[in-house]
Amino acid sequence: MEYFLQQALNGLQLGFVYALIALGYTMVYGIVRLINFAHGDVFMVGSFLAFYAIDRFHLPLTAVFGVAVGGCALLAVAIERVAYRPLRNAPKIAALITAIGVSLFLEYFTALHQVFGPNYYAFPRPFRVVTWEVGGIVFTNIQAIILAVTFACLLVLQFIVYRTRVGRGMRAVSYDKVTSGLMGVNVDAVISFTFGLGAALAGVGGVLYGIAYPQINTFMGIMPGLKAFTAAVLGGIGSIPGALLGALIMGQSETMAAAYLSSTYRDGIAFLLLIGVLLWKPTGILGKSSQEKV
Amino acid sequence: MILEVAGVGKRFGGIRALDGVDFRLDRGELVGIIGPNGSGKTTLFNVITGIYRPDQGAVTMEGEDLSALPPHAIARRGIARTFQNIRLFRELTVTDNVRIAHHPRIRYGPAAALLRTDLFHREERRTLEQAEEFLAIFSLQGRRKEPAKNLPYGDQRKLEIARALAARPKLLLLDEPAAGMNPSEVGKLMEFLSFIRERFSLTVLLIEHRMRLVMGICERVIVMDFGQVIARGLPAEIRNDPRVIEAYLGQGARDKD
Repeated sequence: MEYFLQQALNGLQLGFVYALIALGYTMVYGIVRLINFAHGDVFMVGSFLAFYAIDRFHLPLTAVFGVAVGGCALLAVAIERVAYRPLRNAPKIAALITAIGVSLFLEYFTALHQVFGPNYYAFPRPFRVVTWEVGGIVFTNIQAIILAVTFACLLVLQFIVYRTRVGRGMRAVSYDKVTSGLMGVNVDAVISFTFGLGAALAGVGGVLYGIAYPQINTFMGIMPGLKAFTAAVLGGIGSIPGALLGALIMGQSETMAAAYLSSTYRDGIAFLLLIGVLLWKPTGILGKSSQEKV
Repeated sequence: MILEVAGVGKRFGGIRALDGVDFRLDRGELVGIIGPNGSGKTTLFNVITGIYRPDQGAVTMEGEDLSALPPHAIARRGIARTFQNIRLFRELTVTDNVRIAHHPRIRYGPAAALLRTDLFHREERRTLEQAEEFLAIFSLQGRRKEPAKNLPYGDQRKLEIARALAARPKLLLLDEPAAGMNPSEVGKLMEFLSFIRERFSLTVLLIEHRMRLVMGICERVIVMDFGQVIARGLPAEIRNDPRVIEAYLGQGARDKD
């Protein structure tokens, strides 16, 4: 039982990091119907920015988050502007292939020696790790920080989407771009903001991931990116609560697979889930089937 | 003069959807556009509101050329519209549908929202109050928290007009506002249009097939066929114009009303 609870806690930690990435996938999909495959790589850039902020500049933790969040947001806004906006009215497949191209570009360009470099780097712990034991279950302050930061991010996101001007714009644009424009909403600005917001969350995820799993390289975004994408599909892509739910399920199933079967199965289980969802409920757990307009 | 459409042409492949369309609207007028299906009426609305760019000619509002502006910039200059097949934000609440039209006039940015400054609270309160005022004018306040898709058809039409008006337009474009209404609803709509026109001092341009509405409230009528203006004038003149009868009224007048 203790073992199970311990694993559940580990799964929760992983699930929350996935959630931060999955939210970006789901928001961008919700607004421009694009699977932004470069999102996992933006998350990687977030980790590297945090790495430099800690390792080279010895910034305090809040500033580290600031650097990663700001850097990722700017990067995603630039990607949208340069790579996706010109294809807004092109066939969907063109944008999708471009997204894969951007993803590969980020992975290999940053692997150059002049950029981040091709090696694995040890992510420095910005604080001392403290552990507590409660009833046989071990907590660390890393887990506490991940849970607290992710939770705060979710509250902020909820607030932005449902209580603010730009959030109303996002919801309107996600339902109908043309009509939103005719209501005076600057659709391009709202889409840029959505990319920036999703990437900011991925930046937070990048810092937390680096702290929790302290080995980074420029290809580190691929797996978490795919898992988070799976989580978003599992929860119902386009749905914000769905992304959170999907991510928590992913975190648990992966951790449990590693704990009770074998750690070699963890990725297999994750993608088995994806296949299962696509076969039996392609709209995901909380997703709604969208009716195409005639 | 509030709006001038001068020599506007728009092609889609080999089809001339609009071919040298010219007309002017004076401030405060209520003008109807009629014409058979496919004659270019909705395309004209799409050009005026910036969804399409004209291939030729220009649309100017109060002396400013709108042809190169994106739709949101045109909306911000005071043109709002409704659609032939209602295009509400179906999943958003009735209130949010109206609030979205306030978007350009809200003066705080994301930073102010995150810090929850006074400005943020003041602006959000103002927007909500104004949206509720609007809903009260349209007697929709009872269902303000429901998703727009739950409203009955007639109320959805009304809400779409309310949303357009909440954008504070000077010029309102209505695309077949009476579509799908029964004769008594058409009567109410006519009263309603006269009322909002006074209340909001609007200029109105409307596309309509229901002759009773066009003849009843429009001060001038523009008749289109094959992307061109084939006749224009007072409703009574239009009714007797042989070209119009040939193109449109010949069959339409008997069938429709």
